Order: sequence, then structure tokens, then C-alpha cells
Amino acid sequence: MNGDFALWVYLTHTPLLWLTVTLLAYAVADRLFQAAGRHPAANPVIHSIWMIGLLLTLTGTPYPAYFQGAQFVHFLLGPATVALAVPLYERRATVTRALLPMLAALLVGCVTAMASALAFATLAGIPYEVMLAMAPKSVTTGVAMGIVEALGGDPTLAAVLVMLTGMAGAVIVTPLMRLLRVEDMRARGFAAGLAAHGLGTARAFQVSEVAGTFAGIAMGLNAFLTAILVPVAVSFLR
Amino acid sequence: MIVSLTVILLAQLAGEVAARAAGLPVPGPVIGMALLLVFLVLRDRARPVSNRWLPPPLVDGGLEDASKGLLAHLSIMFVPAGVGIVGKLDVLASHGLALALVLVLSVTLTLTATVLTFVAVSRLMDRR
Repeated sequence: MNGDFALWVYLTHTPLLWLTVTLLAYAVADRLFQAAGRHPAANPVIHSIWMIGLLLTLTGTPYPAYFQGAQFVHFLLGPATVALAVPLYERRATVTRALLPMLAALLVGCVTAMASALAFATLAGIPYEVMLAMAPKSVTTGVAMGIVEALGGDPTLAAVLVMLTGMAGAVIVTPLMRLLRVEDMRARGFAAGLAAHGLGTARAFQVSEVAGTFAGIAMGLNAFLTAILVPVAVSFLR
Repeated sequence: MIVSLTVILLAQLAGEVAARAAGLPVPGPVIGMALLLVFLVLRDRARPVSNRWLPPPLVDGGLEDASKGLLAHLSIMFVPAGVGIVGKLDVLASHGLALALVLVLSVTLTLTATVLTFVAVSRLMDRR
């Protein structure tokens, strides 16, 4: 027993264990996703998250200890964002042709994301501080946290709301687009990236490279516009 | 591979520096994406020269392969941050189901408004 414990102590102090667990959980979740015919409800990100979360709870492992190992995977988000330039450049002709639809959709989508969140939250009687953290929920985590912090809100809560929005968007987007009978992959991808940032973009890349490219553009543009518009929208609330 | 990753990281680094120095609301990697885009444009504008002077992976498709390799695994990169919300479920529980409902409704409405605007404007343009 003592020996087992010593092994556990050793393992929890190296990044190896939780890095392996992260990859393993994702490999299992992705296998299930493929087996389920790539059904949106089998989204591998969501299923790896709860599996790892459960394991952390059961072993009493604090999140920072887990993140020590998982940070290597997390770090790649930055380079992957930079890498979006490549599909964007390769499809520059398609992208330039869609400039006007993109700008119109950006404006309508960005305003809808903020206004609907604030309006529904008011109706549901959600307190002002929580609403503040909710306003930039459709943009990428880092930007949303920055916006909320600048307005005096809770950035951690903002990060949670951003992740939940991304997961909801990634699951909803495909069935919703089928329901709306939209087959234009540019439009579908753009909506996914705008409403559900990186998670929507990752989902779009699972469907098609065109959708992924447009999702990446939408994510970048929406981060920019939301950062400008949220302070304006919030000033209406007071 | 090494050269390609170096260029990608250099773009991100320059982006982070620019974002912080100018106090821009845009994240560093997004500026890095713009910088890499500029690099690709300039590389192809000056093709014979870049073929001669740049390291081979940057002109023979190596950079493209490395980038697409990263993007193919974009999903898993959200897992570590996502696990972070498991520890904060108490924050959400205190606001109950209403919060989840608001998020789902809002994201559905946003997706619908965005996609329909895109399709409508693009049809208008095609008609001309």
C-alpha cells in the first residue's frame, strides 16, 4: 500500500500522467464519435471533458495539478490559431468573393449574440454581475475574460460561460443548419465560428475545410467587434 | 517541420508583442495569423527569390502541411481549458437551469441570424 502511494505521489508530480490521461480520454471519445457516425451529440471534446473531470474528482486531484500535464496540449491553441492563415490564404479567392456576406453576417451575428444574451438574461432574472460576464460569451476565452475584467465583472465566470456556449454551439450547429436547410458551407462555418468561437471552428473543420476556414475568419472578426461593442451594450443596462 | 513550427511560433510571438505593446483588444495569436498571412502573400509575390533564399520547408508545402496538421487536431486543444469548468460547476449551480437555458437560446438565435444573413446577402449578390 505504501509503495502504491509513493508511486502515486511520484506520478502526480510529473506532467506525464495527466498529459497521457488527456490524450487517452480524447482517443476514447474520438473513437466513440466515429462509432456514432460523427453525430454532433457525441462531440469528443465534451465527452473527454466530463471523463477527465470525473477522474479528477474521484482522485481528489486539484485542477492546477492536472493542468501541469495538460498545458502542453493547451499551449498548441496559439500556434493552431496562427495556422488558420494557411487555409485562409489557400482559399483567398473564395473568401474575397464572400466579403460582403461576411461583413453583414458579422454585424448581425455580433449584435444578436450580445443582445439576445442580455435580453434573455434580463427575462430570466439573472443578476447584473452574471449578465456582465455573459455579454461576450460568443468570443474566444482570452478576449472574453479581458472584456469582462475591464468592465469590473468576474473573468473566471466569463471563461466558464464562454466554454459552455462553445460546447452548446458545437452540438447545435449541424442539426440546426439541416433544419434551416442551409447547405452553403461558407455560411454554416461562418455562423459556427461567430456564435461558438474556437469550439465552433473545431466542429466546422470536422465537417469541411471550407466551413473551417470561414469559421476561423468569423472567430477573429467577432473577437474584434465584440471587444468594441460590449462596453456600449452594457452601458444600456445601467 | 522544425522550420515551419519556428515560423508559426515567430508569428505568434510577434503577435503577442504587438497586442501587448499597442494594448489591442485582439489576442496575440489572431495578430500572428494576420502576420503569417502577410508572409504567405509576400512569399508568393516574390516567388523566384523566395525559392532561392528561404529554407525549403517554407516554399515546398512543408509549412502548409504543418499548419493543417495542427488544425486537424484543433478539437483536443480545448480539452484542458474545458476541464477547468468542472471545478466551477458550483458557480453555475447557484444560478441554476436559467443560465443554461439562456446560453442555449442565445447561441441558437445567433447561429440562425448569422447564417441567414450570410445566405441572404450572398443570394442578393449572385442575382446581380
